[in-house]
Amino acid sequence: MKTQDLWEETYSAVTVNKVRSGLTMLGIVIGIASVIALVAVGQGAQSSIQANINSLGANLLIVMPGASRSFGSTVNAGRGTAETLTPDDATAIASQVSNVAAVSPEVQTREQVVASGANTNTTIEGVTPAYAQVRNLQIADGVFISSQDVTAANRIAVIGPTVLQDLYGDPNSNASATPADALGQTIRISGQDFTVVGVTVPKGGTGFMNQDNMVFVPLTAAQHYFLGSTSYVTEIDVEASTQAAMTQVQNDITNLLLQRHNIPDPTQADFNILNQADIVSAASSVTGTFTTLLAAIAGISLLVGGIGIMNMMLTTVTERTREIGLRKAIGAKKQDITMQFLAESVMLTFTGGAIGIALGWLAAVAVTALAHITTSVSLSSVLLAFGVSAGIGIIFGYYPARRAAALSPIEALRYE
Amino acid sequence: MNTKPIIACENIVKTYHNAGVDTAVLKGVSFSVAAGEFVAIMGPSGSGKSTLMHIIGALDTPSSGTYYLDGSDVSRLTDDELADIRREKIGFVFQAFNLLPRATVLRNVSLPLVYAGVAKEERERIAERALIDSAFPQAFWQHHSNQLSGGMMQRVAIARSLVNDPALILADEPTGNLDTKTGEIVLHTFQSLNTGHGKTVVLITHEPYVAEHADRIIHIRDGAILTDEKNPRRRIARGES
Repeated sequence: MKTQDLWEETYSAVTVNKVRSGLTMLGIVIGIASVIALVAVGQGAQSSIQANINSLGANLLIVMPGASRSFGSTVNAGRGTAETLTPDDATAIASQVSNVAAVSPEVQTREQVVASGANTNTTIEGVTPAYAQVRNLQIADGVFISSQDVTAANRIAVIGPTVLQDLYGDPNSNASATPADALGQTIRISGQDFTVVGVTVPKGGTGFMNQDNMVFVPLTAAQHYFLGSTSYVTEIDVEASTQAAMTQVQNDITNLLLQRHNIPDPTQADFNILNQADIVSAASSVTGTFTTLLAAIAGISLLVGGIGIMNMMLTTVTERTREIGLRKAIGAKKQDITMQFLAESVMLTFTGGAIGIALGWLAAVAVTALAHITTSVSLSSVLLAFGVSAGIGIIFGYYPARRAAALSPIEALRYE
Repeated sequence: MNTKPIIACENIVKTYHNAGVDTAVLKGVSFSVAAGEFVAIMGPSGSGKSTLMHIIGALDTPSSGTYYLDGSDVSRLTDDELADIRREKIGFVFQAFNLLPRATVLRNVSLPLVYAGVAKEERERIAERALIDSAFPQAFWQHHSNQLSGGMMQRVAIARSLVNDPALILADEPTGNLDTKTGEIVLHTFQSLNTGHGKTVVLITHEPYVAEHADRIIHIRDGAILTDEKNPRRRIARGES
């Protein structure tokens, strides 16, 4: 039997009962479409989370104080509460560790901010000019904090776009506040007057690290007015010069700080270093699990679709017993019959798979357009779906095909 | 005419094993059919004529004995080898026609050639030739077979049995599902293929009237040949008026 004849026979067999073939195919269409769409949602989430983390800054290492520990006690307070990191530590990192592009010591506190009758409770970040570089922060209007401001502990502030709306936006109108509304104005932070000199560009919500809802003031001013102490910082951000150097920089900072803090045992370190690559890989592993879960759920519907194919093929074999008997009587071999029924199920799954890929793709586009969720249809998921649908055709078509081929022509011709 | 017999059966025995009981259906059948003969095999149901038909038609093999079809021993072949023999040497006509319902007449007739690996244009050319030989009206060639009457369907089946130029046409109760008039037309087609084209025809039936259209009648009873004689008063079927 020639291949072309096989496909012609298959095509006419599949099109004889269009409704049934269509419904059987629908199982595969839905299965493949849901695999494509759900994996696209999962991979979209993965790439958007990675983009968010990368927007924090490039090649970023965050040094945080460890738990405060009173001498001779085993009681630990929460991590990050210790006041063990000093501005001198930051200076030492900048001068003694190689491959460091910028070092940004910071203090963080929450205070009430009041301006022209409106008020908000937000994060006050005491920073140096290096912060803008390390955290990839851009100014929409005005200027950022300069080194003179830090030296003189000037009472100036740079506000995030969310703070701008909270303080100067009119809640009763749709018009949003512009940076011009705030520049030069005085805001009161915890009872102290600060002059707004700049507004930052929105970076988008990054959840637990939303930089739009912050007020930036000079590091020294924050220490002086809000902490009442210039002896410690709450965080040191370090930008490594290259991605490849991050591990080396992290190790060098660890050694340097252990030495400066007189801690001989690394397990007793009074600080932690968060590596941005670690955050990315942790988030990736979470979203990877999420994607796998979605794919598994979609895979179940694909399996059900495959069983639908097998069910229909078995029905077809029973219905066409006499036809199989005739084909064998006029000279079809076992292999001819096997190939014919296998080709039918492969044709159904292949067509269903192609339609499913198109539909899944459309669904992903629709999800992006309607729900504003980033999706990404990857070539690998399309290829996988195609391979799986062809595989399902072969696996679930094989048993019915073998059953058809094994029919005795005498029994089959006599079948009523 | 070829002197070598088309069918040569020697002491064919067929025994079925069922639930530990052996049932002998054929108990040593020997006969031969020469090329160009028109033979009817007659017998009541349970006589073993269907089993004999299956063996002659290379659908089954005998438990013992030998069967030469067109000079080659087919009594010990495997399923796939039997399929080759059927494709090359035998044209089947069944009581229930067994056509593909939603395929055209032309496609039904050319179906055996699909398994012979003949190219499509060649298949259609041979199928048209077979339809002409069996006097099938050309107006119906593109009709679907389920749009035809029973008599027409059986003539499509006859044309189909001719396309592989078989050594033997084997018809199993070909008029069983037809009324007398259309049965007559079908029998006429067999007779004209036999006399006009020299085809060897073996016809299995239980109706004496149908069997009388053959020039030799073999009676089977209880798995053995009862009589095997020439039919001196052969009926001539009339074709379409």
